[in-house]
Amino acid sequence: MNSEKEMRVRPIRDGTVIDHIMGGQAMNVLKILGIKGTSSAVVSVAMNVSSKTHGSKDIVKIENRELKQKEVDKISLISPNATINIIRNYEVADKHRVELPDIVEGMVKCVNPNCISNTNEPIVSKFLVKKDPIRLRCVYCEHVITENIAELY
Amino acid sequence: MKFSRRHIISMKDFTRDEIDFILDRAIKMEDLLKNGTSDLLKGKILALLFYEPSTRTRMSFEAAMLRLGGNLLNLGSKEASSIAKGETLADTIRVISSYSDAIVLRHPSEGSARLASEFSSVPIINGGDGAGHHPTQTLLDLYTIKRESNLDHLDIAIVGDLKYGRTVHSLAYALSRYGANITLVSPPQLTMPEQIKVDLKTRGAQVSETENLDEIVGDIDVLYMTRIQKERFPDPTEYKKVAGAYKIAPNLLENVRQDMIIMHPLPRVYEIDSSLDNSPHAKYFEQSFYGVPVRMALLTIVLGVEM
Repeated sequence: MNSEKEMRVRPIRDGTVIDHIMGGQAMNVLKILGIKGTSSAVVSVAMNVSSKTHGSKDIVKIENRELKQKEVDKISLISPNATINIIRNYEVADKHRVELPDIVEGMVKCVNPNCISNTNEPIVSKFLVKKDPIRLRCVYCEHVITENIAELY
Repeated sequence: MKFSRRHIISMKDFTRDEIDFILDRAIKMEDLLKNGTSDLLKGKILALLFYEPSTRTRMSFEAAMLRLGGNLLNLGSKEASSIAKGETLADTIRVISSYSDAIVLRHPSEGSARLASEFSSVPIINGGDGAGHHPTQTLLDLYTIKRESNLDHLDIAIVGDLKYGRTVHSLAYALSRYGANITLVSPPQLTMPEQIKVDLKTRGAQVSETENLDEIVGDIDVLYMTRIQKERFPDPTEYKKVAGAYKIAPNLLENVRQDMIIMHPLPRVYEIDSSLDNSPHAKYFEQSFYGVPVRMALLTIVLGVEM
């Protein structure tokens, strides 16, 4: 008999399952990965599923698309404990965690409107990343961001 | 100490030994000034790129370079340069660094000096980046304290605009390296940003806050006044609420320590009564002068002059 979790979101044949997303962040994950309602991908989302290790979690299943490590690392800032399962023919072919980098470039915008990185200069934004809790320090203006990171993508 | 060709962006980049090295070099420069001029930087060119108005910073860099026998390249007005045509800072820096041996940059955007350092082939000296850092002001502040008071375990009150004032951010970071006991005095709208206070405490400084200068003025070695900067306020009504919040007048000084000194990065507007200018406590004009030997020291160091 299927477990409660599997009944909520059925297994996929091929694609990517992102598990252990921080509860409530699934829609932000889709936004960051560039998956919109207008794309043809079949996407299943489970939100606020109870988790043994993290209270509640979200799960995203994307059919017929294998996300690359670089793509999924983008979500590490909003969900550092997420795991990625690459599914082929209903089997887990590859499984790994997202990796929180020490520095993120060109991923999020600096929240300081007077920061030089928010002008037309030929640079990308650059932040040093500190963990537990996640803090981003702009390399240019040194502004520290701790909240609402998903809105800065 | 490896300083030659190094960028001077933020006081956070300096160790205490490095700061002491610069201040010791400044003492040599002050001696040198007493004996006339020098040709230590003969043949060297310093470019001055000022996108915002400045009197003391620009002119003291000019004086420092001229005292050392060096030459100057001045941007002049923005309107008369390619900046008016929309040239990026990155391009301007690439070009000017090919004309000069070092660049002093003042720019209204935070992080501009860090950006410039990524595109420059010569040392960038940050002359103030928006509400960010102003390390040469801090170095001359430290030098003033060293000359006129004592840097170690200092009791200092920093007063005024602690939110937007870049000089106080840089100064507080540097003082944290000397075990200072820092009292932050400001109206509630202008308190020091939380992230800076956290950083200071992490670095071992003792930090306390008050709105009331009278309460603590008897317990300090240095009273560091700042101007409430009108140009940093997005909303003029907010400026009016806090302008003139603190003013030092003779009656405030009745119970201060005998050797307490008053500093101010200048320009002042209302903050210090001019009747105090000849008081033994007043050191703000000396402080302004010390900008020259400190910048002479810095220029010789980044341009690789051994002494």
